[in-house]
Amino acid sequence: MSSTTIGAIVRGDAAVFPPYLYEAYRSTIKRAPGLPLVDVPLTLSELTGPGPLLSAVTPEDADLTRNAGTGGEAIGQRIIVTGRLLDAAGQPIPHALVEVWQANAAGRYVHKRDQWPGPLDPNFLGIGRCKTDTDGVYRFMTVRPGAYPWKNHPNAWRPAHIHFSLFGPAWGTRLITQMYFQDDPLFFQDPIFASVPPEAGKRLIAHYDHDLTEAEWALGWRWDIVLGGATATPFEHGEVR
Amino acid sequence: MFTSSYLSASQTVGPFFHDALLREGAHTPILINAETVGERLRIEGRVLDGAGQGVEDALVEIWQANSAGRYNHPLDGRDLPLDPTFSGFGRTATDPKGCFWFETIRPGPVPFAESVLQAPHICVAIFGRGLLNHLYTRIYFADDPAIERDPILRHVPSDRRHTLLASRHDVAGRTVYQLDLLLQGAAETVFFNLGGDVSPSNL
Ligand SMILES: [Fe+3]
Repeated sequence: MSSTTIGAIVRGDAAVFPPYLYEAYRSTIKRAPGLPLVDVPLTLSELTGPGPLLSAVTPEDADLTRNAGTGGEAIGQRIIVTGRLLDAAGQPIPHALVEVWQANAAGRYVHKRDQWPGPLDPNFLGIGRCKTDTDGVYRFMTVRPGAYPWKNHPNAWRPAHIHFSLFGPAWGTRLITQMYFQDDPLFFQDPIFASVPPEAGKRLIAHYDHDLTEAEWALGWRWDIVLGGATATPFEHGEVR
Repeated sequence: MFTSSYLSASQTVGPFFHDALLREGAHTPILINAETVGERLRIEGRVLDGAGQGVEDALVEIWQANSAGRYNHPLDGRDLPLDPTFSGFGRTATDPKGCFWFETIRPGPVPFAESVLQAPHICVAIFGRGLLNHLYTRIYFADDPAIERDPILRHVPSDRRHTLLASRHDVAGRTVYQLDLLLQGAAETVFFNLGGDVSPSNL
């Protein structure tokens, strides 16, 4: 991409988090804060949070290929998306709510504001949720999302991605992010992906894992998520994997 | 060694989150029921962009203590009553004009440090298309004398404190607190870097 104005205001570590103003992503221009964030210590208000409370999930919620309530199955390449949810010390976060949403295999969302002429699939809503198990593992069955066009710049296409929403233990560990797929040819022109510093961007990419692939059923993709940002003891020694 | 550089980065919530994040049971602008203990409040406001336009596709979440000042969380083990009808968490989206509202109760005071209390407040997180990270802020109650002693508010530049103070309006016997959240501009809302580089002794 050509050069872009990048704002100085970042939440937390600038080596990890994107700036608020990233001009190539045009929607940031009128929405990014322009005044410095005010540094504040973590109090009980930020060290607590709703994460441990949120629980209403059924097993069907985690199978996006069959949860449209039609009795039918979504069209597309079936994939398993799984990984571990970890805290900044590398410890698994068990029993945590994971919420996801995505476009269908043709790149279309079931949303009134998504009106590009990609086909809708009556058997696919593109929403799912699950809870991590005692080892912090989440797992979804879904179809591989298609790329979709948007109006940010001429011939703009979002790389295929799945949106993830996570809480972790505290208000300060809240995270909404996007998971991408290894070797996507559209990364080079996507300012949302490019807004993340390169090393951190790599960690938003899921990798194909043949050990996860189920014979004659679905391909396996692995992606781990590490929450931090604001916890009581954020940077302890540990191993990622 | 594990450092912050292993963290997963933030990305925008985008414009298409509604069905996933506001599904039945997950859309919680009403935090209370008939049994909830505490003074009923309606919180309302708008999310506005740098041009003063309502942000029509923001996600707004709140987190607060119950009326006794206790958080419904394992880390808060203080000997104060928990209210089984009150989680303290609310989630909604803005409407086409950028408006949002919550029906909740006035939170009690919570501790800052030993023998120092914070003024009652509601934690707010704002997500949206064009926000690569969410924004953290707080809502305080402008008519509460405790705000004069609040350690976080005292740390905020004095000419910006007003952006965190919701004004009280009594409407048909109901208490409404109103505060607009301005993403940009001269009256921009104070947003926080949680756990930022600040010594508590400076507060
Ligand atoms: Fe998307």
